[in-house]
Amino acid sequence: MAAEPKQEAIEIGGGRDRPRLFLPLGVIAAFALLAGAAAAIEEKVAPCFSCHGERGVSQVPETPTLAGQPAYFLLIEIFQFRERLRQIPIMNEAVKGLSNDEMKAMADYLAGLAPPRPLADGGDRTRLERGRALVAAHHCGFCHNPDFSGREQMPRLAGQREDYLRKALRDYKSGARPGYDPMMAMVLYPVSETDIDDLAHLLAHLPASDRP
Amino acid sequence: MLAFTTRRNLLAAGGVAGFILVASIAVAQQAAPLPPGSPLIGRPENNPAAAKLAPIAPLPIPAAADKLPVAKLKLPKGFKIEVWASGVPNARTMRLGDKGTIFVGGRFAGKVFAVVDNNGKREVKTIAEGLHRPNGLALHNGTLYIAELAKISKIDNIEANLNNPPKPVVIYDDLPKDEAHGWKYLGVGPDNKLYFQVGAPCNICMPSEAHAQIRRINLDGSGMEVVARGIRQIVGFDWHPVSKQLYFSENSRDWLSEDVPEDKLNRVTQPGKDNFGFPFCHQGNLADSEFGWGRSCDEFVKPLALMGPHSAVLGMRFYTGSMFPAEYRGAIFLARHGSWNRSQKIGGDVVVVKLNADGTVKSVAPFITGFLENNSYLGRPVDVQVLKDGSMLLSDDYNGAIYRITYGR
Repeated sequence: MAAEPKQEAIEIGGGRDRPRLFLPLGVIAAFALLAGAAAAIEEKVAPCFSCHGERGVSQVPETPTLAGQPAYFLLIEIFQFRERLRQIPIMNEAVKGLSNDEMKAMADYLAGLAPPRPLADGGDRTRLERGRALVAAHHCGFCHNPDFSGREQMPRLAGQREDYLRKALRDYKSGARPGYDPMMAMVLYPVSETDIDDLAHLLAHLPASDRP
Repeated sequence: MLAFTTRRNLLAAGGVAGFILVASIAVAQQAAPLPPGSPLIGRPENNPAAAKLAPIAPLPIPAAADKLPVAKLKLPKGFKIEVWASGVPNARTMRLGDKGTIFVGGRFAGKVFAVVDNNGKREVKTIAEGLHRPNGLALHNGTLYIAELAKISKIDNIEANLNNPPKPVVIYDDLPKDEAHGWKYLGVGPDNKLYFQVGAPCNICMPSEAHAQIRRINLDGSGMEVVARGIRQIVGFDWHPVSKQLYFSENSRDWLSEDVPEDKLNRVTQPGKDNFGFPFCHQGNLADSEFGWGRSCDEFVKPLALMGPHSAVLGMRFYTGSMFPAEYRGAIFLARHGSWNRSQKIGGDVVVVKLNADGTVKSVAPFITGFLENNSYLGRPVDVQVLKDGSMLLSDDYNGAIYRITYGR
């Protein structure tokens, strides 16, 4: 069975400025349907783990951990791949033809997976210091939360793969990845490549605790 | 922020190379200056209330028709509102074709849609895709013009080709590529020229000569002229039906305070000359805390009206139909997307702006409310479009829907 969602599931339409808990209706009839639906979603998501790692914690360079990302954010990314607004052939192929409901269910499911454990190596002290100064200067925590667990369209950064963060930040900065809304391009304008490396080093080593 | 003033003057004087050098020195020393594009410039540190404010992004999947908040919307007596089309992802800018087709563009879906009426049922067709923030749309003599972030293109004879539209042909691309305030609003003026804005690539900064302005070009993309300067971001404009002057909504800076500066309704009276004050002066009477030193707000064109702090005034049209009561003839209907940079949200509504005979503002009053409930958005209005029968459409990009407002029927 799917794990209890740690991040709230998405409710579409009216009043979703704050994420709400998903309330199933027609409980008895729904149980059977939900059990079937859960199995169906697990099947749909299983191929993702071949690259994105067991239970969504990636062991592959430059391939992101999906576990525990905000459902809202995951839905936007899957949508961008389905619509080819982001062009990565393997991802465009992987989510081609998914229905809106399937995308939403996959996003909810991945959001419910346990975020990765802290890295065993403590990280390089000097680089972590520089990283801390950079997140303070650029106020990353204002949008991504003070513990970098992410919310709504802003991804969980804490515990994400360092090589993936370096790639994503570079791609936002260069415009290779335009983003759903233009915010990251704006924020990264003056951030140098060395800064990006230090930011990625810090964020990858932060404990990926559950959202408060 | 005063500590950064000297660095910002360097930025203003120097070019990009100078800026990058300054920024890296600053990082080496201690906290870096925020980027010119950053919405966080001006943000108070260590303030828990401020730390919760971030821009609102709509879901990419439109809401189902039965989830739309239309039953909660309030209008003046005699007016009704209904769902006209749902399932239009990121529905924002609307334009009306001669045959009644409604063209819809937006920022986040990469597509331009055509909504047609099939015996009372609305059908949504995709007529262009793979575009980069195609928010600007205009129609003239059967040609659809599309303004993406960094290029303007056209499709001729579009209404005859809705099922098999040709690819857009680029007519103009001498545009900056900045993502910040890069999405465009587009319109064809009484002079048969295409008007559009180039927003400031930041929350607050000294813009280049190529930014923070309204431009116009001929319909073939030639003859670019700057019409007005000193604007931060514009996502709506229309021409006065009698005087033919250009009226536009403008979004003021964030992170100065919750209550100021307000967004604006402006009017161009001297094309080619008018400067509306950004970054030196906000809302006509507030010198910027960083760029305003040594300048006076009297140097700049004052707004016709203040439209609320952070309310995000967007699409607007002069009402020239005959369905609504006479008091609305010549008035402006203006959509306010709703604030994100305020703890207590405002906007998320449509207001009606009535004018004096000389074109100045007589009154601003709520027209459609109810999208904002318990400090949360049920929907967010973006653009309005008057139809031939005098009814009016309203787009809602939060839900991917279009509503229709009628009177007396």
